[in-house]
Amino acid sequence: MAIWLTKDSKVIVQGMTGSEGSKHTRRMLAAGTNVVGGVNPRKAGQTVDFDGTELPVFASVADAMAETGADVTVIFVPPQFTKAAVVEAIDAAIGLAVVITEGVPVHDTASFWAYNVAQGERTRIIGPNCPGIASPGASNAGIIPADITGSGRIGLVSKSGTLTYQMMYELRDIGFSTCVGIGGDPIIGTTHIDALAAFEADPETDAIVMIGEIGGDAEERAAEFIKTNVTKPVVGYIAGFTAPPGKTMGHAGAIISGSAGTAEAKQAALEAVGVKVGKTPTETAKLMREIMSGS
Amino acid sequence: MDLYEYQGRDLFERHGLPVLAGGVATTPEEARAIAERLGGRVVVKAQVKVGGRGKAGGVKLAEGPNEAVARATDILGMDIKGHTVHKVMITVTADVAEEYYFSYLLDRANRTFLCIASVAGGMDIEQVAAETPDKVVKAPIDAVKGVDEAKAREIVTAAGFPAEVADQVVEIAVGLWQAFVAEDATLVEVNPLAKNGDGRMLLLDAKISLDENAAFRHPDHEALVDQAAVDPLEQAAKAKDLNYVKLDGEVGIIGNGAGLVMSTLDVVAYAGERHGNVKPANFLDIGGGASAAVMANGLEIVLSDPAVKSVFVNVFGGITACDEVANGIIQALALLEQRGEQVTKPLVVRLDGNNAEAGRAILDSANNPLVQRVDTMDGAAERAAELAAAGV
Repeated sequence: MAIWLTKDSKVIVQGMTGSEGSKHTRRMLAAGTNVVGGVNPRKAGQTVDFDGTELPVFASVADAMAETGADVTVIFVPPQFTKAAVVEAIDAAIGLAVVITEGVPVHDTASFWAYNVAQGERTRIIGPNCPGIASPGASNAGIIPADITGSGRIGLVSKSGTLTYQMMYELRDIGFSTCVGIGGDPIIGTTHIDALAAFEADPETDAIVMIGEIGGDAEERAAEFIKTNVTKPVVGYIAGFTAPPGKTMGHAGAIISGSAGTAEAKQAALEAVGVKVGKTPTETAKLMREIMSGS
Repeated sequence: MDLYEYQGRDLFERHGLPVLAGGVATTPEEARAIAERLGGRVVVKAQVKVGGRGKAGGVKLAEGPNEAVARATDILGMDIKGHTVHKVMITVTADVAEEYYFSYLLDRANRTFLCIASVAGGMDIEQVAAETPDKVVKAPIDAVKGVDEAKAREIVTAAGFPAEVADQVVEIAVGLWQAFVAEDATLVEVNPLAKNGDGRMLLLDAKISLDENAAFRHPDHEALVDQAAVDPLEQAAKAKDLNYVKLDGEVGIIGNGAGLVMSTLDVVAYAGERHGNVKPANFLDIGGGASAAVMANGLEIVLSDPAVKSVFVNVFGGITACDEVANGIIQALALLEQRGEQVTKPLVVRLDGNNAEAGRAILDSANNPLVQRVDTMDGAAERAAELAAAGV
């Protein structure tokens, strides 16, 4: 059954008629995702053809949900409009909103997150600045390539897109229940802890790979959570040991501030609670392989 | 983006917050003009983005314009912890009776903003928090509700500001929040927030960071970038829309995706421990697409760094297929040749993921003597470090 995204998920795309949105809608359909429509108030009532699949365009998320029963939205709108798009999704009380857009101002993210909390957190938000979520063989919401790996019993949660793909590839013979790219921004809707809790509760996940990077203290807090709440084996990987302080390394959140947010501190916190941390992505995959083969 | 103190002072002034009259000078003569305009005794302060400038002699009093010129002459060009002073701020003096602390910042852990306030100002707030935690108030701010007068008063009361300044601090707290939001700041720190001898409150220092993701609604923020302090390679990369950070090693790095590139830096540094202690020369993320043109731009930047002895191109084909990436690398080398660039440094290329076999075959058949193919990330890092060590 995986976590948060299953073969029964009905997916809509906010920004489906834009270039990124249409490209990835096509890819999601090809991956077997049940995409049921898109949202664009200026093109409401039209349909868009995706290699023979006609998808309707709705005026709002609420309309799309009422017409199709959609329970997942994937958001591709530009940063200027992302906050409004997420707020619309929250207002419609959709179950899951996956925010792919990179470059969203952090005040906007803080604002839609606070709004979501005020509405009772009816909507799970993944991202922004993330590759999305994939439950191989079942559904794919976002831009994670669908053909890297098949389904299996490893859960993966990661701040980085390409490291997610790399890890999926390294362990493709074992397969994954769900892979969640939570994004590299300073404020994100779904955290390592949220994913760890869901994987712990998921009967189809046996072990968890957790990928972190410099900046903030999400990995340290995840370590605390693992200590008391996670019984399944977890292996970790942290990127950015050689990153200099004060420099943003690609992701808006990947920055060491003073002595805070270093890779060393994150590794130490994880190891202190029994999480094996690989020195390289390949070594991390090897650690997971050992666990899955029972050695 | 972190601002200089004078930029912070200007920003506060624009938002109607009480600051000392002043200006910024890049030459002693400009310092004279500002001192003449201000009149009387002034303070000349080195503008550097590093702490401890007072102890280093970067803050001096001056009695009038002539002394201001002399002090500016002393301070301009001074080296403070590796930062050369190019600008001084000149302000009138304050008659400080009390020093407090006030800031708003991003609270990543709680996915919101935080206000930190203390009546023990003028010192390092982390030290105050460690030694006398009861003197520091940390109040979460709801990003939607923000800081209105009631919220500000709650903070001011909790922090124990004296009654005679409470109303002023409430007003400043609200104004500072409005500036924090209006400018898309991720940090505004005022230390000290001072009570002057006449009872007026003043924002005497400014530490401000602005969110670069919000640049689209702040065209004026671009002018705050200190171009002279930006590494020339970083500047050239930015002009080409490349996500590049200059580091101080010998192995040039190009990869796709921020996490993978960070990881590549680490793996190269580990390999360097076995090869003359070579290190990564840069961070460069060419993004998921990795087209030939972008690859060419990236290679051009990395190869133009004289410290680079070898280059490691580390691409995982996710959305992009590796055959496209391989073609991109070959085309990029041809493109550089057309641009008249002499490429002499070895390239180690690792391609994995989507269509990796086809990509590798393209590299092999191109048979470029500078391009070496190694198919694992760890192995390729090892080879790139080895080549850099041999080329040093």
